[in-house]
Amino acid sequence: MIWNQEFETLPREALESLQLKRLQATVNRVYATVPFYKKKFDEIGLKPVHIKTLKDMRLLPFTVKTDLRDNYPFGLFSVPMSSVVRVHASSGTTGKPIVVGYTRRDIDTWAELMARTLTAAGIHQGDIVHNAYGYGLFTGGLGAHYGAERIGASVVPISGGNTKRQILILKDFGPTAITCTPSYALHLADVAREMGIDPARDFKLRVGCFGAEAWSENMRAQIEKTFNIDAIDIFGLTEVIGPGVSSECLEAKNGLHVFEDHFIPEIIDPASGEPLPWGEKGELVFTSITKEAFPVIRYRTRDLTRLNAEQCVCGRTFVRMERITGRTDDMLIIRGVNVFPSQIESALLQIEGLEPHYQIIVDRKNNLDTIELQVEVNEKIFSDEVKKLEVIEKRVVHDIKEMFGVSCTCKLVEPKTIARSEGKAQRVIDKRKI
Amino acid sequence: MKAEQISVFLENKSGRLAEVMRVLGAAQVNIRALSIADTSDFGILRIIVNDKEKALAALKENNFTVSKTEVVAVEVPDTPGGLSKILDLLDAKKVNVEYMYAFIERHSENALIIFRFDENDRAIEVLQKAGITILSSQEVYNR
Repeated sequence: MIWNQEFETLPREALESLQLKRLQATVNRVYATVPFYKKKFDEIGLKPVHIKTLKDMRLLPFTVKTDLRDNYPFGLFSVPMSSVVRVHASSGTTGKPIVVGYTRRDIDTWAELMARTLTAAGIHQGDIVHNAYGYGLFTGGLGAHYGAERIGASVVPISGGNTKRQILILKDFGPTAITCTPSYALHLADVAREMGIDPARDFKLRVGCFGAEAWSENMRAQIEKTFNIDAIDIFGLTEVIGPGVSSECLEAKNGLHVFEDHFIPEIIDPASGEPLPWGEKGELVFTSITKEAFPVIRYRTRDLTRLNAEQCVCGRTFVRMERITGRTDDMLIIRGVNVFPSQIESALLQIEGLEPHYQIIVDRKNNLDTIELQVEVNEKIFSDEVKKLEVIEKRVVHDIKEMFGVSCTCKLVEPKTIARSEGKAQRVIDKRKI
Repeated sequence: MKAEQISVFLENKSGRLAEVMRVLGAAQVNIRALSIADTSDFGILRIIVNDKEKALAALKENNFTVSKTEVVAVEVPDTPGGLSKILDLLDAKKVNVEYMYAFIERHSENALIIFRFDENDRAIEVLQKAGITILSSQEVYNR
């Protein structure tokens, strides 16, 4: 099923001419209204008029995550605050998350994109949507919510957490569709079984839209079997709009259609920054071409994938991106929260006496991501009293929870047990089989 | 007079205690008293030895995290109520025991108890006033 027949099936030529028009408007807009972009353009002598064809995109400077942080909170907004009707923020660092804004029209665009996403998964009016993405600053909850309302489905805005209650609602309300992270779906199944409920038989679910973290075909097979549903991969990021950047279709379940009338995807060589032809694997870059409050120009996602231009059986003409297979940096996604090892390190080093000899062990237990921080004991923090050492462990757990909102465990280990290497220490051991 | 204890950090995994003993044995260090405090993921080995400098050097050389801790070694008659009497004295003065361990002397009818108090000095004062014998590390070793 296709929500917006006209735009989602535009012939390539018409699509590209629309993209160029919208790109030029966006470039003009950011040059005129966002000092950050004007400065970056001026530094390389680029004027908006230089963007004459889509190929000229490569002239535009990249935008990276630190640019967004440096302009915290509202420095990259291209409209006055009086036109902003909503803000969202990415999970992550202590004081400085990435903050994005939406005008009324942006919210409307976003609802349209999520309506397309849910429709592509076969969800329609008459469906009951159990939306277990977190509501709040995170874009997942409200993004899916507005899309589901747009198509006329009945939304259960359950948000994240309180798993036992979710299971009762899944059983009693009989939702036919679910939206959440894939790992949470499997966690729901585990808890359901503990409660004597069979997710495949006792729920009425038919389909689920899963995203906000990396997952695999194996995990898809597991979710589909566990719930007896179709599991659809959806993709988005706060910096670009939130969920609704790309989505799989139920017909093919093979790559995520990028909504190219709103976002132009590029694949670049992460080392040189040179654009790569479609089909080659590289870093995914997005330019938004319809957003008003928070446009982004060539935003480097650090996600690795490739683009597939082949015509899809579903009829959409939009290019498909492969499932994200990795990242160009060391960012970890823990239960949907973005965590950089360097942030964990700075949290640890704020504790008196701790040395930067640590290791982050990421695993997945009962379908939930876990972090164990192994920290080497040294003479400064060692004590003959158990309780003093336990205070340090508790402090680490507390500080990490404060910083990221993610629970971890801390284990003190003997010195020199964490392997030192000549160059970069291996800080992260990711045991998750995704 | 305080005795000195060596504390060693141990990860809770097999072979670690054996490794400490191997290191101490090779350094010709003899252990007189020993206890281990354990949690789910680590332990603290506490020992009183004949030659603490040698023990410290050998353990550090083998990458163990160690510290010296002052403890109070008390000699009490090895009879019913022996420990009780000591604890009553301390309780009356509100001295708190962080941890303790005990063993029997080789050449007498006494028991030796190693205490770590929240306030070691005050504990010593209380005990000495009551005529309790307090030993140095060397005396502990020789008993």
